[in-house]
Amino acid sequence: MASEELKSDNAVEITGLRYRVGGKMIFDRMNISIARGKVTAIMGPSGTGKTTLLRIMTGQVLGDRGRVLVEGKNVARLTADELYDLRRQMGFLFQNGALFTDSSVSENVAFPLREHTRLPESLIRHIVLMKLQAVGLRGAAQLMPTELSGGMARRVALARAIAMDPKIIFYDEPFAGLDPISMGVIVRLIRRLNDSLGLTSIIVSHDVEEVSAVSDHSYLISDGKVVAYGTPQELEHNKSAWVRQFMKGLADGPVPFHYPAPDYATQLLGEEHR
Amino acid sequence: MGLLRELYYIFLGFFQGLGACFLFLFRILRCTPAALLRWRIIWQQIYSVGAMSLVLIMVSGFFVGMVMGLQGYNTLSKFAATSALGTLVALSLLRELGPVVTALLFAGRAGTALTSEIGLMRATEQIAGMEMMAVDPVRRVVVPRFLAGAVSVPLLTMIFSAVGILGGFVVGVSFMGVDSGAFWSQMRVNVDLWDDVIGGLIKSVVFGGACSLLAVYEGYYSHPTAEGVSRATTRTVVNSALAVLVLDYLLTAFMIHGV
Repeated sequence: MASEELKSDNAVEITGLRYRVGGKMIFDRMNISIARGKVTAIMGPSGTGKTTLLRIMTGQVLGDRGRVLVEGKNVARLTADELYDLRRQMGFLFQNGALFTDSSVSENVAFPLREHTRLPESLIRHIVLMKLQAVGLRGAAQLMPTELSGGMARRVALARAIAMDPKIIFYDEPFAGLDPISMGVIVRLIRRLNDSLGLTSIIVSHDVEEVSAVSDHSYLISDGKVVAYGTPQELEHNKSAWVRQFMKGLADGPVPFHYPAPDYATQLLGEEHR
Repeated sequence: MGLLRELYYIFLGFFQGLGACFLFLFRILRCTPAALLRWRIIWQQIYSVGAMSLVLIMVSGFFVGMVMGLQGYNTLSKFAATSALGTLVALSLLRELGPVVTALLFAGRAGTALTSEIGLMRATEQIAGMEMMAVDPVRRVVVPRFLAGAVSVPLLTMIFSAVGILGGFVVGVSFMGVDSGAFWSQMRVNVDLWDDVIGGLIKSVVFGGACSLLAVYEGYYSHPTAEGVSRATTRTVVNSALAVLVLDYLLTAFMIHGV
């Protein structure tokens, strides 16, 4: 049975997820629920497996144990065709945009439409222009991806991700490496697209300020577990030292500044006597 | 013991690679009917891997033919048999040099381009992007390139051999003074359609399939890093050259004993 009953109004439900790479436990009995129609952020330090979590939700990677339900479907039990059917309801914004470098901006946005529909050329052109207008790049339709700035490339990728009118959209580090203006544009776009198209948005990021500006709820993950969950305001006032360190970007705290090492003085003196 | 273990792992790696390559071929063949419906994409690829290799193939073919004419004339003149030059040039090109040299040139010119293109698409997440848009990258990216290569190599081989014969004619008849009538008539009498022309064509079909398969396989499974793509490209050339030469021997042995 690929399809299972949704118990709640959640677009994504992860229960008891375990995932191990080599000897390292990435997720250990992780539980996450993503509310439908909301912008939910998954935050955590680099290397905690945030992107891997997105890949598990989209079926690019399979977890070792636990259940991942997306739109009521157990991702791990789907056949390849069923997974592709589910992905038609998803949009995915890659960190680098993942645009096809040999096609123009408009061809990139038209790609999923050409692959999945038999719409006439004139209609495809209209849809492409509408999607590009939504991200403010209708004027860049004829440019090649190499002619775009990082922020523009991400907006084109966003237009491509919403080309098929998905139900859920996944953003992998949407703010990484952008200038403040582009960052502001992306923040506004995520919110606007979510509200106007009735999407469910899932953002993976470690940019606390931008995420707080756009998300309805945030999960903080570390060491394979959910450390905290709540609205940006609730997380801001969270009592946990770890959450405070992460949210305020403090260099030292429960996550120490120093990588574990032998005693400093002993090591220095030991070196001298050698 | 260390050497034996090393050899064991080399053989194991070889057969694992071969198995993976065949599994990939089955996956390609399974996706081929769906890909054939999008013939425009295949057409574009035939242009980029086949038509763009034409100049290289023609220039190489012409020079190989000229060398054949020169060497052939030099040797045959010792036996006063220069009238057989046309036969010599045609048979060498149609049976061996045409299919083998074309396949080697194809691997160097188009095979490497296929590998690096697909490898870079993986490294820049374009392949993953396609999967996330519910588009099978094997059907959309790999199959058209594989088919284009497999179709182009036999066509290029025919052109290589034809231009090569012309090169042999230019050197033999125009420069060395071999009789033009003897050159062509001897060739017509001694070249058999099935044994020589079709036999060479069968070889080129096999070489085209092998070179294209190796090129797309290496690209698709390359490590998504600059070093990974560069290694995959090198492997494409090395493995294609080895595959062509080994297959050539096997096919020749089969044809000589089988025909």
